[in-house]
Amino acid sequence: MTALSTFLYRRPALYVTLLLIPPLLWFGTVYLGSLFALLAQSIYSIDEFTAKVVYEPTLATYKQVITQAANVDIILRTLSMAVAVTIACAAIALPIANYMVRYAAPRTRALFYVGVMLPMWMSYLVKVYAWRLILAKQGILSWLFDTLGLGAALEALLRVPGIGGPSLSASYLGMFIVFVYMWLPFMILPLAAALEKVPESLLQASADLGARPAQTFRTVTLPLALPGLAAGSVFTFSLTLGDYIIPSVVGAPGYFIGMMVYAQQGTAGNIPLAAAFSVVPIVLIMIYLTLAKRAGAFDAL
Amino acid sequence: MTAAIEFRDVSRVYGEVRAVDRVSLTVEAGEFFAMLGPSGSGKTTCLRLIAGFETPDSGSVLLNGRDVTDDPPYVRDVNTVFQDYALFPHMSVLENVAYGPRVRGQRKEDWQRRALEMLELVQLGHFAERRPSQLSGGQRQRVSLARALINQPRVLLLDEPLGALDLKLREEMQIELKNLQRRLGITFVFVTHDQGEALSMADRVAVFNHGRIEQLDTPRALYTRPATAFVARFVGSANVVAGELAQRLSGRAEPFAVRAENIRLRAPAAPVNGDTMSCIGDVADVQYHGAMSRWQVRLESGEVFAAAVPDTNSNDEFRVGARVRLEWARGDAVPLTAAESS
Amino acid sequence: MRYRRWGQPSIGARLAAYAGLAFMHLPVLVIILYAFTTADRTYEFPPPGLTLHWFEAAFARADIWAAMRLSLSVAAMATLLAILLGSLTALAMARSTFRGKESITVLLVLPIALPGIVTGIALLAAIKSARIDPGFWTIVAGHATFCIVIVYNNVVARLRRMPQSWIEASMDLGADGWQTFRRIVLPQSATALLAGGMLAFALSFDEIIVTLFTAGHDRTLPIWFFNELFRPRERPITNVVAVIVMVVTFIPILLAYRLTRRGSS
Repeated sequence: MTALSTFLYRRPALYVTLLLIPPLLWFGTVYLGSLFALLAQSIYSIDEFTAKVVYEPTLATYKQVITQAANVDIILRTLSMAVAVTIACAAIALPIANYMVRYAAPRTRALFYVGVMLPMWMSYLVKVYAWRLILAKQGILSWLFDTLGLGAALEALLRVPGIGGPSLSASYLGMFIVFVYMWLPFMILPLAAALEKVPESLLQASADLGARPAQTFRTVTLPLALPGLAAGSVFTFSLTLGDYIIPSVVGAPGYFIGMMVYAQQGTAGNIPLAAAFSVVPIVLIMIYLTLAKRAGAFDAL
Repeated sequence: MTAAIEFRDVSRVYGEVRAVDRVSLTVEAGEFFAMLGPSGSGKTTCLRLIAGFETPDSGSVLLNGRDVTDDPPYVRDVNTVFQDYALFPHMSVLENVAYGPRVRGQRKEDWQRRALEMLELVQLGHFAERRPSQLSGGQRQRVSLARALINQPRVLLLDEPLGALDLKLREEMQIELKNLQRRLGITFVFVTHDQGEALSMADRVAVFNHGRIEQLDTPRALYTRPATAFVARFVGSANVVAGELAQRLSGRAEPFAVRAENIRLRAPAAPVNGDTMSCIGDVADVQYHGAMSRWQVRLESGEVFAAAVPDTNSNDEFRVGARVRLEWARGDAVPLTAAESS
Repeated sequence: MRYRRWGQPSIGARLAAYAGLAFMHLPVLVIILYAFTTADRTYEFPPPGLTLHWFEAAFARADIWAAMRLSLSVAAMATLLAILLGSLTALAMARSTFRGKESITVLLVLPIALPGIVTGIALLAAIKSARIDPGFWTIVAGHATFCIVIVYNNVVARLRRMPQSWIEASMDLGADGWQTFRRIVLPQSATALLAGGMLAFALSFDEIIVTLFTAGHDRTLPIWFFNELFRPRERPITNVVAVIVMVVTFIPILLAYRLTRRGSS
């Protein structure tokens, strides 16, 4: 055993290689292999008559995704939801994170951290389902609106196209609320980490020079917290872009990218189309990542 | 007699940086050897090369005449006391000390007994069942010493072991280590950046700078006869005189060094004594250090000299801003081979 | 004009923060509440009554047990693979530098960085191309990949925090690479390994996004749950299953969190 140890000790490269062979083998075949299969499928197409996959490389499927009006609708709809959710998460996360870091006593801050992480540890599906219950026609939210006498206002809101739907639990508004809820911890934590990095002395200097708390927040805290916001936004953006469970469970009739992918591979069996569609979020996320990197997101992660 | 440790033209390079630059040295058996230098000078890397945690890029390392350049640490007859003590937190003090014998497969009764003996040696017999986290810095240091010595190595390496201790403790440990080494008779190689420590404990000191040894000598020789400007400044503090001033004072162009305590202060008008060098300047600063004071004197040509002068009444005539003459014996000017500073 | 004392938040700020926190915990409380409701077809609030009847009914259902068994076995296998392959990777990546290390780091981030839908459809494409029958092993394949990453992250963080001097001291005292691993590295990284494993188990048990693509006709508990969402029958049983899923996934994650915190102090 010692001889083997010494043999490997003198050859660090061999040692590392041996360690990495099993995991890389797995990753290579299962993960990378699948990704290649995906890309391969996306350049095939489906014969409209036989509904069978035509194994000839073509860009027709991609063209279908980018040019057909219905598909473009889907992409834009998903994109705008992702952006809206990101903005909302940022807006809600800021006061929470700022309070946590600046004002809370150490024990309270620890409580807040655990309080933010706790929902993250809860089952994803259970949380979605819980919102379905809350948003249901006779559920808590309806009850709340009715008791407050705002029942009519809610009905009116649901009739607005692009926001509403048949009921709160089947509307864009409902979906939006659920998305924001789900990804909120992912925005709060990097933001809090970035805010913690802002030294108290900077805020004191700003006050010393005459700025009111709101001004200090706008001119000192916010710009310095931008990397944290950017990092959190990467999560909210990409998670919303690819999700299909939430639109299915709490969604209005309009399709989202994820739903499209799921639907196409199901009964339609149109794997090439599903594959091509799934490349869209990858591209969008890549673009977003480069933008976020410039805003310093990777330093905050 | 074969040297305990020998370096033959050893180099260790990290990218662009030559951490150890073609170093050759020998350490004799039973010596208390110190490697001294500022951080980044290569002394710690040399220690790690002896232990086997680094492999040289060129040259060879020999222990007791055998080439061990490619040998891993666990086969070398060398043990190390680490700067952060490196005690294993999930083992008791006794288990830590007994680690070497345990790893070699000794029976439980044997390694327990020997470990207790070693702990007694460092006066920590009662701490056997404690965890390292329950010990003070000084106690941890002694445990790591016991752990290293239980294997009865030929060479003990110590990597800045006293750095984390406070002054009083450090001085006590210096005496203890010296006594220990004398009693055990094994070779100690000690790395430090504290020149006072190196001078007081070692038989010979290697002064490192930029990956090279500038001078390897006994403490006294290093202090009284520094070879280079760096050694002159680093070991004790000397004034390094170079260029025009050197030419004017000594008549030769080569730089030389003068120890601060060899400089006397005189009134500018006082008669010049026999075989001395002198120059005139203004007192820039005085620091009182108890038995002696440290004077900073700025010459007209701009250089600042430091003089360490015993505190007597006759110095009261000189104040900050006063004109004063600096004087030292010609023999106290030590010629240097290089005037570049570190 | 009255000024707020320095360092004190405004009432609005405090309110907003606590309201936000409460908002984040509301749904979970709702789920627990609804598991006890007597209403069986609607989600009416306030619930007409409270009962334990649905818990009994749920435990009597064979299809729920079958789904539970599948989820547990998939999670166990995925965790096992994750612990093995994740630790090997962590050992290799903790300290050494070598060409291609950065590429491997990117590779290990992909399963988490790319949306689940991409992983799902990619695996499905591969399954179809290789003409494999979807089943237990295809589900495990999907889960194991991100489980490996989770274990890797936990273990590599611990290994990197371990002072290099411990390993050197061990070798210096005569232990070779294997002995050092067995006596020093392994005991010290045990908690990280355990925490990673528990995290992986919980996330595998809860996984739905990728599993819907790779499960074929098999149903894990989340898939059972997802299907039930579109059926109006016996809603409270679904709620009970939701509580079960929540408990089974929450506890390991909580334990993993406590373990990593204790290990790092």
